[in-house]
Amino acid sequence: MSMLPATINFGHRAQALRPFGGRLSRLIGIRRMVVCAGLVVLALGFGLLTLASGDFPVPLGEVFRALVGQAEPSVQMVVVEWRLPRAALALLLGAALGLSGAIFQSITRNPLGSPDIIGFEAGAYTGALLVMVALGGGYLMVAGGALVGGLVTAALVYGLAWRHGVQGFRLIIVGIGVSAMLTAFNKFMLLRAQLEVAMSAAMWDAGSLNGLGLDRLLIAALLLLVLIPASLLLARPMAQLEMGDDAASALGISAERTRVLLMVLGVALIATVTATAGPIGFVALVAPQLARRLTRAAGVALLPSAAMGALLLVAADYLAQRAFAPTQLPVGVVTISLGGMYFAWLLVAEARRQ
Amino acid sequence: MSATIATSQQLARAAAKRPGLVETNARRWFWLAVVVLVLLATILASLMVGSRDLGIGRVLDALFAYDDSDEHVIVIALRLPRTILGLGVGLALGTAGALIQALTRNPLADPGLLGVNAGAYFAVVVGVGAFGLSGIGGYIWFAFAGAIVTTVLVYLVGSAGRGGGTPVRLTLAGVAIGAVLSGISAGITLLDPGTFDRLRHWAAGSLVGQSHETILVTFPFIAAGLLLAFVVARPLNAVALGDDLALSVGVSVRRTRVVVILATTLLAGAATAAAGPIGFVGLMVPHLARWIAGTDQRWIFAYTAVLAPILLLAADIVGRLVLRPGELQVGIVTAFIGAPVLIALARRRRVSGL
Repeated sequence: MSMLPATINFGHRAQALRPFGGRLSRLIGIRRMVVCAGLVVLALGFGLLTLASGDFPVPLGEVFRALVGQAEPSVQMVVVEWRLPRAALALLLGAALGLSGAIFQSITRNPLGSPDIIGFEAGAYTGALLVMVALGGGYLMVAGGALVGGLVTAALVYGLAWRHGVQGFRLIIVGIGVSAMLTAFNKFMLLRAQLEVAMSAAMWDAGSLNGLGLDRLLIAALLLLVLIPASLLLARPMAQLEMGDDAASALGISAERTRVLLMVLGVALIATVTATAGPIGFVALVAPQLARRLTRAAGVALLPSAAMGALLLVAADYLAQRAFAPTQLPVGVVTISLGGMYFAWLLVAEARRQ
Repeated sequence: MSATIATSQQLARAAAKRPGLVETNARRWFWLAVVVLVLLATILASLMVGSRDLGIGRVLDALFAYDDSDEHVIVIALRLPRTILGLGVGLALGTAGALIQALTRNPLADPGLLGVNAGAYFAVVVGVGAFGLSGIGGYIWFAFAGAIVTTVLVYLVGSAGRGGGTPVRLTLAGVAIGAVLSGISAGITLLDPGTFDRLRHWAAGSLVGQSHETILVTFPFIAAGLLLAFVVARPLNAVALGDDLALSVGVSVRRTRVVVILATTLLAGAATAAAGPIGFVGLMVPHLARWIAGTDQRWIFAYTAVLAPILLLAADIVGRLVLRPGELQVGIVTAFIGAPVLIALARRRRVSGL
């Protein structure tokens, strides 16, 4: 028998779920759930659109048949082998970007503290390039290089920005500086590399999903299917960490360990994206903030950010593919152009509030 | 009571002493002469170094006793225009940086960092892509238009809200708007192979492959910008004391602002039209000049005018050496040298140090 009153005002409409005879209890915000579901449906819709449209249009019914393996071989090839990797990668990588952005924005408690602004993405790209150019490794080695590059950059940026604690804006300016240096170094490496390596590296210089096949999809999906649930498990400790280290400790959370774990996961997510599709800018910055506004939440939350990231990237990729057909733009060009505008607006909005 | 007076006197003395390694005007003239000698040495080095190194005797022969030998042709037809272009562009970028830093009292200001160069480049891409302009005489006007619109836009976004523009916010606004504009520029050049081909050699900022026409067209504008800068140096000294004090010593703050923005536009626009978007020169050099000569804008401008071409030419020489027999574009080298300066500035206790 519960002693709690029948309704508690949480400030928003919520529903408590207590499955397994009350052994597990979870409070679900109604608005948050509706928003998440809506975003996921929209993202999947864009994914289907990506599968259906192109030089060889496929009706939606055929798309479904192809997905379960019952279409003609030619349709099957176009939908599953050519278009599916792209659509699925856009969804998965977008979710990873949204998550990574939410993690770092929560840790820095600053919407501008996302990994694409503070140079982690450029660092991951440097690591990936070093492996490609110097060792000529396969995709997994490149992903490993991206992870190491991202982690080293994260340590470097934090170390340089540390001065009696890390202050938000200093971190961001230091990150922009490190990012500029790494970008210059990346260009240097591209010019130094042999032509074949440079060509394949230059293709994802701007962040592109063009020409990614099923093999890439499988490995990236395996990595992300570990990383994404692992980060989602940390959603509650992360929210408690936002209340300050002392309050979080009082609630039974090891603040430093949680933060390090979150950072490693965040860097691993962004490194996977960078190793797969190159540096895709501004999705990690924008997704958590848009999701926060839609859910009217107090802080950034992981699940809505992931859903929003998936929607943004799949929509941006659709735009990059279709807006100027037959020319295909790298999706990074689209996200930078649109995300940068949002960045500028964010600055104005922040200034207004102060 | 007397203790307070003593302290304030000490403070005043400390404040007068703080700026500048060099304290008397005679010494400032002396060190300016030294720096000019360094510039001459850099110019000679720029004529000597390349995929085919030439001795100093050969270079002097080519300059003063020209015959039609291969080596003389290399010096006169290839390296001399490139060096002259570097001189002009360095002068323009450095002075533009000093102007913006003085006007916004922002130590993080730089035409590259504030997006002005990206704006000029964007306008040129539009001019070449949409209106089919070719030849610098046509698109230089687009560069000016792009530079001035971006300057005003960044200023508006960066100083929105009641608090006015802090250095950090202005820089972030510049980075954001610069990112949008370079993203769209990249999109346009990727969509239109013709534009891409015509612009690619200076997309990263390069002194190579420009015709004599470039020098003939851009240098008058650079000269005009420099003239305005030196006219406005004295009023800027007064503006540095604050708007009210400047008014009370008879300086029109508004007129000074307009002249500074005009001069910055001319300088950054012409430099970008000549050599593509090059960042960080305008950030580093004025700080170096201030460090040597103190806070008088006239001396800052004089030292900047000599130091900036040294930096740009040295970066160009480095770019020729690191990738032999290939070359690294000068904009990449300046970003690699300049970004640490940005980080060091962000690490100082007070970011607004002007």
